[in-house]
Order: sequence, then structure tokens, then C-alpha cells
Amino acid sequence: MSARTAALYSATLAAAIAAPWLAPEIVTQLAFLWLMILFALTWDILGGQMGYNSFGNVVFFGIGMYACAVVQRDSGLGYYAALFAGMGLGALLAVATAGLLGPAVLGLRGHYFAIGTLGLGVAAGDLAAAIEYIGAGSGMAPPLYPGEVGASQRFFYFVLMALAMATFAFLRWLYSRRFGLALNAIRDDEDKAEAMGVHTTRYKTVAWCIAAFFLGLAGGPVGSLVGFIDPRELAFAGSTFGVWMVLMAILGGRGTIWGPVIGAAIFHLTQELFWTYLLGWQRVAMGVLIVAIVLFFPQGLIGWLRHTWPQRFAAQEMK
Amino acid sequence: MSAMLEVRNVGKAFGGVVANEDISISVPERSIVGLIGPNGSGKTTLFNSIVGYHPTDAGSITFNGRELSRLRVPQIARLGLIRTFQQTRVYGEMSCMRNMVISIPTIDAGFFSMFWGFPRSLIERAEGLLEFVGLYEKRHLLAGDLSFGQQKLLEFAMALMAEPKMLLLDEPTAGINPTLINGLIDRLKRANAEMGVTLLVIEHNMRVIMDLAQHIYCLAYGKILAEGTPEAIMNDARVVDAYLGGH
Amino acid sequence: MSSLTLLYDAPALWLQIIADGILVGAIFALVAFGMALVWGVMNVINIAQGELVMLGGYVVIYLAKAGMNPVLAVPLAAAVMFAFGWILYRLVIFRIVDKDLFISILATFGLSILIQQLANEIFGANVQSVQSGLGSFIFADGMVAVGKVKVLALAVAIVVGAALFFFLGKSRLGQAIRATSQNARAARILGIDTDRVYALTFAVNAAICGAAGALVAMTWIIHPYLGLTYTLRSFMIVIVAGLGNIAGVLFAGVGLGVAENLAGFVFGAEYQTAFIFALLVVILVIRNLLLRRSRRYLK
Repeated sequence: MSARTAALYSATLAAAIAAPWLAPEIVTQLAFLWLMILFALTWDILGGQMGYNSFGNVVFFGIGMYACAVVQRDSGLGYYAALFAGMGLGALLAVATAGLLGPAVLGLRGHYFAIGTLGLGVAAGDLAAAIEYIGAGSGMAPPLYPGEVGASQRFFYFVLMALAMATFAFLRWLYSRRFGLALNAIRDDEDKAEAMGVHTTRYKTVAWCIAAFFLGLAGGPVGSLVGFIDPRELAFAGSTFGVWMVLMAILGGRGTIWGPVIGAAIFHLTQELFWTYLLGWQRVAMGVLIVAIVLFFPQGLIGWLRHTWPQRFAAQEMK
Repeated sequence: MSAMLEVRNVGKAFGGVVANEDISISVPERSIVGLIGPNGSGKTTLFNSIVGYHPTDAGSITFNGRELSRLRVPQIARLGLIRTFQQTRVYGEMSCMRNMVISIPTIDAGFFSMFWGFPRSLIERAEGLLEFVGLYEKRHLLAGDLSFGQQKLLEFAMALMAEPKMLLLDEPTAGINPTLINGLIDRLKRANAEMGVTLLVIEHNMRVIMDLAQHIYCLAYGKILAEGTPEAIMNDARVVDAYLGGH
Repeated sequence: MSSLTLLYDAPALWLQIIADGILVGAIFALVAFGMALVWGVMNVINIAQGELVMLGGYVVIYLAKAGMNPVLAVPLAAAVMFAFGWILYRLVIFRIVDKDLFISILATFGLSILIQQLANEIFGANVQSVQSGLGSFIFADGMVAVGKVKVLALAVAIVVGAALFFFLGKSRLGQAIRATSQNARAARILGIDTDRVYALTFAVNAAICGAAGALVAMTWIIHPYLGLTYTLRSFMIVIVAGLGNIAGVLFAGVGLGVAENLAGFVFGAEYQTAFIFALLVVILVIRNLLLRRSRRYLK
């Protein structure tokens, strides 16, 4: 990459690492910003790159959250060991779910897939709220972070930051391989891809598994950061996280690598502003925002930039 | 030469409409076979049956001895049987180069091949094929921005990129500028002679198919009406009737 | 499972469950009629469908608080929601009609969240309901009680279904609607005001949902978040029955009601909604697999 790009990345990285000390009052919100970026990026694999709009990705997040909490509760390991083991288990179970359900659910197309995954997301939440082993409707409370006040937020900030960055780096690499090309081909004309012999089912399922992996990893840290796992409001929060994932990717620009990142940043900032200044009505404002984005700005920021200045922002070519 | 594609007594009906009835055709290896017939005679339906787009009601289809009727579309494509579409289908939001590169043969695609990159040789092969169809200058344009004729050429190049054993071409010259048709015929012949690709071609343009094909089947009302060399077909009264006869 | 043995010992319980299921299913069928109408005519999958039901319920609740007889309030709720639907179309829905299906799903989803949260702010999050004052039919020596208002619900569903059937099939306006649904461009060329047709269709859908909501308020409870459940239920019913099949929608709705009730009884009420949504996924997948045998996809 060019020296300028390298400098940009380095500066961002430095700022990101210094943030908890530069702005200690908003560390939790910043941690959530990294989570939003991860949400948007993982949604975009299926939604933006592959054309399969999933409203149920939050299932993997919830599975990761609960798996980690159970390990933290029952394993008898030390705090950090339990946390990372839990995250690992969460990712494993999430990927297994994606792998098992994938061939069947990804066989659905268009709006059937969208609504089917919506059903999955809501079903998971209601199921979790009914199972006693994981606390049913009362949820679960992960163990407290062993450290001083404020250390917990800082620690999980870095965990989420690392996860988000890892997701970004991995996807950036992935999209430059045949995988990225195949996803785009499936999006543009799945029947044609099949007629050319592309293993569409394989690509679709692996794509979902990749999304599941990162979402599953992220669940545990968020559960511990918040301190309380509510099945419907946090773990399987379909009407909030589940929808926001979609919105953020659209806002920034679907099918691009920076679009979801930018969209997540803008969206999260707007959401925090709404919460601060419109408390009580912030969810209503969110609803209005969603409708507005979808109706008036579906191409997203990057789409708009590419349309207005095609030379400067065009996609990279194949050399 | 043995038959590469063997269609025996295939029938297909949609609801009450019989599109194909008792069709039998044979395509020898490395040959060029034509499929002609008036509109609505069931040519594209036959193509669709062969590539597994829909199940047949009767008969059997074998490709290199392998029965196709139980297989899915991607599986049949991976055996080396590639088809092009009448309405021309390409990946609209991707550049021509990307369209080419994603069309590489998937016959021995192992699981981890999805994570591979694009070696120089692959890029050069794609560029070579684009050059072959005359689209090299447009290689970084979005496929969706090409004209219909150019998309047809792209689709043909993509099909060749897949190193097929046999190509099913659905009206390859339709919509192409008449001055370029000779060039396309030449390329089809070269693909057959130099790259060893067997061709089964649906065509409406009589001049093209007479020049191109070694053996021709004529369909009418869903049945085989006549078959033979181009000369025989051209002089067959039934064929002339089917095209010009009063209906 | 203790509940299964209960079923075995007291067969009258079957009757209760099935009767309740049929009647509750009638309400589901009503909502499904509306969804099929909007989907078939405008190619819009209205995720905010359940919210329209919820609003209809609140209309009746507030009318009842103002002293009106709730049963009489049912057509009034339908009328109020008709107006609401018309306004909603003019403000938002008209922009979605010719966009791709994903945009329409997302936009109506946004709308549903918006309406949900508004309702939460305005009406409060508590559950509310209304007494119909109609009493119950008692069968089987007092073992089976069927609320009369539930029978009313079934009657309403049948009447609406029949009305839709005749309206769409025989009236001029119905013909205009069917023409628009089959080929909007051709309809426009022939002088049909398709925009008006769409507005009317959506408003009628809202009215049907309003009536359904009024009935829900009397047979069950209303709260701001019940919308999504009804939306997904009606979607399920429409997929199983098929878009043009009015009688099929009624039967599928009733079938779903019974299945739900049975599942709720056998597995426990807290698993009931999870059962519904899991069922949605299962239905979709099975339908797709069956179609795949003939190499087609749900389109």
C-alpha cells in the first residue's frame, strides 16, 4: 500500500489505542462502536457482497453470548481463561449452527430468506427466554471483572477493538480472493453462477459461517461488558441490533469494505445523540431514520460518492 | 467418433403444453451440430432439459456415458457442459475481467480453492480470451454497461474460460452487428478446431448455421422434423414448409 | 409430559383447545387476507401489518373507555384504520411500490419499529384489553367454554373473506384492482388510476387489520409489541395457502391457530411464540425443498 495509506492506518490505530485514556467517560460507547462496526461488516458479507439480506445474524451473536456466560458460570476456570474459552466455544457453536442451518436456509431466495431469518432471530430469543438452564426470562449475569472501576470497560474496549479490526482485516483479504468474486457473482446472477458450475451452496454456507464466527466471538465480551444478559433485549435483540446491522451497512454503502465501517460510525454517533437529546423518543427517531435511509439513501455514502465522483472513488480493478 | 451427448426420447410438457416430444439427438465428440426450427418449436426447452434447468418427463440424456437426469445444474456444468443463454446472462455489477476470472473451470475445485488468489497465468488467459472476442479494450468496464451484442461476446468468452468439453450455444449471433457475424462464426470454428470444444448450436440465422454446422436437426411443434447435413436440410421440403408454411 | 397425559385423560380438553384454536385462527386468517391483498396487488410485503392490528386494538380500547359498546366499536375501528391506512400510503407506502422487494421489506420494517415505539410512548407498555360483555357458550357439561366474541371473530373472518371474494371477482373496482395487480402498466394505459387502486388496497388492508385488532382486544390482550408475531403469522399463512387462494387462507389460518394452541398447551405457553417462528422457518424450508425437486425456487 502507499505511504499515505499506511500513515492513515497507523494514525487511526494509534488513536484507537489511546482512546480509553483520551476519553474515559465514553469508553463503553466507544466499545459499542467497535461492536457496531463488527455487526455491519459481518452483515455485509451476506447482504452487501452476496445479496442475501439476513435479518437473523443476531442469532450467532446471542449464541456466542450465552455460550461464554455458561462457560464462565460452570467451568471453574479463572476469569480470563473462562472468558477466552467461552468466546472460543461461542464461536464454535455459532459456526456449527451456521453450518447446519446454512444449506437449508440459504436455499431460500430474496424476501423468503429475509423473513425466514427474521423468524429465526425472534425464535432464538423466545427460546432462550424459555430455557431454564440459561436463566430463561431472567437472563444471566456473567462474573464481575477482576479489576478496579473502569478497568472492565477498558479491557472489553480493547477486546472488541481487536475483534473488529481482525474482522476488517480478514474480510479485506477474503474479498480479494476468489471467494469475494464468487460472492459477487452469486449476488449478480445466482442462476448464471450455478450454470457455470460454481459451488454456490458451499460459498453461501461458508460465508454465513464466517459471519457466525466473528459474531460468536463478540457475544461473550459484550455480555461481560454489559454485566447482564437479557435474552430478548441484548443477546437476541432482533429489533435493535438485528435491524441496525442492516441499516449501518446500507448507510455506509453495501458491498464495499469501508462502507459498513463508516455507516456504523455515523449510525452509532447519531444513536448516541438521539439518546442524549431525545431520551424517550430516541427509538421513535430511530424508526424515522431507518425509513428515511431506506427510502431516500439506499445507495449509501460510498454509493453516492462513487456516483458523484466516479474517478476518485471507483472500485479497484483487476490487474 | 463416439457420441458425446446422447439425447434419447426426451419429452417435456408444461402444464398442458407439450414443448418436447420424443426427441432424440446425438452429438459426436468434437463436432458442431445445429438445432433449428421456427419460434416455439421447443429448442430452448431442450437445452434447458439437457443442462438440468428442469426435470424431463420422459427419456434419458447421457453426457460421455453419464446419465444427467438426476443431476443438478451446477453438477452438470462441472462435468464440462456449459450453456449460454438466449437473453445473455452476465454478472452486471462486475467488470468484464472479473466476469472472466470467476468463470474458471470448477471441475476439480477442492474446498480450499475458494481462498486462492489469481495467478498471472489466469489473468493472461482471461485477457487472451477477451482479445479473442474483441473485448480487450473494454475489459475494465462493468458488464452491465456493455451493449447487448458485446454482452453476448462476453458470455461466449466466459464460456470458453471454463474450458468446457461441450458448449450449448443459444442463438449466439442474435443481436450481433451483421458485419461482425463472420468474425464470430470464425471464432466458433476456431474454438471447435483449436480448443477441441464440441458445439451444439441453436440458430435462427440460416446462413450462419449452414456455414457452421456439420449436422443439423430441425424441430417443429416439439418434435424432430428432419435431420441431416446442411445441404440435405436446406433442400428438405418439410423444413421449408415448417418455416414458411401457413400458420 | 404431564400435559400430554392430561389430554389423554380429559378428551373434552381437546375440544377446548381445538375450538379456541379455530376461533383464534380466524383472526390470523383475517390479517392474512390483508397481507395477501397488499402483496398480490402492490408486490409489497408489509412488515408493519401487525402494527396495524395493534393500533386497531387500541382504537377499541379507547372507544370502550369512552363508553362505547366494544362490539359496535369493531366496524368503527375498521373505519378509523381505513383512514390511517390511506394516510400511511400517501405519506410513505407509495414510495415503496415500485422498488425492489428488499427495500419494501426494510422500509415497512422501519415503519413497524416506528409505530411500535410511538405506541409505546403514547399508550404505555402495559397490556390492556377490553371485555366484550358477550359471555360464553358452554358445552360438554361445563368442560368446554367458548367465548361468544370468539365466535363473532370467526363470523367476521368468513364474512370478510366472502366479501373480498365477491368484491374482487365481481365489482368494477375489484376488476380494476385485479387488472392492476396483473399488469400495472397495461392498467394505466387503459385509464385505471393505479395510484388510487394502491391507496384503496392498502387502506382496505388497514381496515381489515383494524377489525382484527379490535377482536384481539376482546379475546386476548393488546400491547405495543405484539405486532411482529401477527406479521410473521400472516406471512406464514399466505405462503402455505398461496396468494390467490381465499378459502385456503381461511383454512391455513385456522390450522395455524389450532397448531399454536396445541403447542402452547403441550410445550408450555412460554414456548408458544418460539414454536410459531420456528414453524415459519420449517415451512419455508420444506416448501423450498419440494420446489427444488422440480428445480424451481420460491420466487
